[in-house]
Amino acid sequence: MIWETFMLAQREIRRNMLRSSLTILGIVIGVAAVITMVTLGNSATAQVSADIAKLGSNLLQVRPGQGFHGPGGVRSAARMFTQADAEAILAQISGIAAVAPASSRTTQAIYGNENRSTTVMGSTNDFLAVRNWTLATGRLFTESEMRSGKALCILGATVQKELFGGQNPIGNAVRLQKLTCQVIGTLESKGQSSFGTDQDDFVLLPLRTFQRRIQGDNDVSVIYVSAREGFSTEKVQRNIESLMRERRKIPRGKEDDFNVRDMKEIMNTLTGTTRVLTTLLAAVAAVSLLVGGIGIMNIMLVSVTERTREIGIRLAIGALEKEVLLQFLVEALVLSSFGGVVGIILGLGTAAIGANALGAPFIWSPGLVALSFFFSGAVGVFFGYFPARKAARLDPIEALRHE
Amino acid sequence: MNSIVYNSQPLIVFKKVSKVYGRGGAAVHALRGVDLTIMPGEFVAVMGPSGSGKSTCMNILGCLDTPTSGDYVFEGIYVGNLSRDQRALLRRHYLGFIFQGFNLLHRTSALENVELPLIYRGTPLEERRRRGLAALAAVGLAGWESHTPGELSGGQQQRVAIARAIVTEPKVLLADEPTGNLDSERSREIMELLTTFNRENHITILMVTHEADMAAYSGRQICFRDGRIDENQMVKSRVAL
Repeated sequence: MIWETFMLAQREIRRNMLRSSLTILGIVIGVAAVITMVTLGNSATAQVSADIAKLGSNLLQVRPGQGFHGPGGVRSAARMFTQADAEAILAQISGIAAVAPASSRTTQAIYGNENRSTTVMGSTNDFLAVRNWTLATGRLFTESEMRSGKALCILGATVQKELFGGQNPIGNAVRLQKLTCQVIGTLESKGQSSFGTDQDDFVLLPLRTFQRRIQGDNDVSVIYVSAREGFSTEKVQRNIESLMRERRKIPRGKEDDFNVRDMKEIMNTLTGTTRVLTTLLAAVAAVSLLVGGIGIMNIMLVSVTERTREIGIRLAIGALEKEVLLQFLVEALVLSSFGGVVGIILGLGTAAIGANALGAPFIWSPGLVALSFFFSGAVGVFFGYFPARKAARLDPIEALRHE
Repeated sequence: MNSIVYNSQPLIVFKKVSKVYGRGGAAVHALRGVDLTIMPGEFVAVMGPSGSGKSTCMNILGCLDTPTSGDYVFEGIYVGNLSRDQRALLRRHYLGFIFQGFNLLHRTSALENVELPLIYRGTPLEERRRRGLAALAAVGLAGWESHTPGELSGGQQQRVAIARAIVTEPKVLLADEPTGNLDSERSREIMELLTTFNRENHITILMVTHEADMAAYSGRQICFRDGRIDENQMVKSRVAL
């Protein structure tokens, strides 16, 4: 009986192809809009996560001041770290892969006639490890070069391109303020971060060289810590906090004058924002699904009036109320779920094109597709019920007389 | 079939059946206490001018309507006590309808039209096909099964309607002016068909007609006038063909 009803419904729908297509248009657009919005949203979220993973998702940053939360003045007033702090973290806390103390400053880098304002970063080889940088050409600093503070540098891809063009920079000297230093290596490009900044725009010096020749003191403005695989960053973070409180002699009850940030936290904040936006857009799109449902109800009501005689015949030869009800409900259901399928295909197509245009990965969720399909069916049943009940309750005598 | 058993007791009994439409001053008395007994295997012609109550009577006989007062007993079942769905089931299993305007489903093949009552009976597809084709063959439409009503003449459409009515092998066939829209030649063919089903398949037939020629095919004629049966006489012999 169900199969019969289904066959009947699809025949009835095909009989009036133009009208059926117009009827489902609302559902198609609604579902397509929801699918596109959510899929693109997910793609954007994935993009942000991937970008942050490039920075190293097991990365912790220890900075003086109170970071995001505190009043702005605290950071500058807070004491800087020293290289000894970094060494203490590496020595006293378990589950740490590498620690890189770093300081940086924006300055001019000059080679020949070319010059560029860039970030000069003083750190160690471990900086490259914790931030997932790889060498493109040349070599790293040696232990003794770092200890003695030799004037050597490694160039980020942007600086290399701007200053040297196609030329090989290795062995050439770049001037940074009053310091002339020799290029010993270049880095692979990472491209733009999801914050829109050029990650390749920096020059790396040994920390000692930077402190003595550019900064003029022994301050370390940030300590990068990468947790070892399998160790909880939360635990490492707590341990660093208590170690730093101890080293900086912060009395119990007083707030930290430094902050330890987990990249995961930042990632969650950012992906959370995209998710809220996605939900909002999807909700707006879902309204058109509702409008589509009303369209279905409208056409089903017309259809019931048009087919009054047919309904009369069916009732007269012994169709039960619920059988007529089922017939019209199934018709609405087939219409709306077909609209759902078309909408899903259209939505995924649009999202794929959109993701490609944004350069984000195309990630479609089977759960979303299933939910959309289910929901479009539910819209059909919900809005088809009233017309179907109207049909089922017709008086067969009246219905047979209907012209 | 065990028609002997059926012959012993009435198939349909009307006991003082009345039907009133509307209320108070606007009330219309369509039937005023009709008594009627129909035995299995009868072929009854129901006649009378329009507004005489014959359509109301047929609607009640066809379980499409219920009496305002009085009893309608079908094979011992008091139809007045049945729910809408129970009456639908009664129609489904015991009654066949031939409507005045054919009332076939448009843009639906003859075979599908004939199969329709079997679908509601839950008959499996194979058997439905077989019985549908047999019914079409019985009304002389073998080979026309894939034509839609629009592609058939009036006489052919009425035969499809008859095939639809008999495909379930009903106990009673209710025909509302089955020849109303047909010329005399087609009418004669249709009446011969009905007579055949009445005689050979022992289907009880109740037929509304305006024409004495058609009524002559029946075994008994009932004439309605002002909501009452005016004349209740058995026509002893059928018209010779």
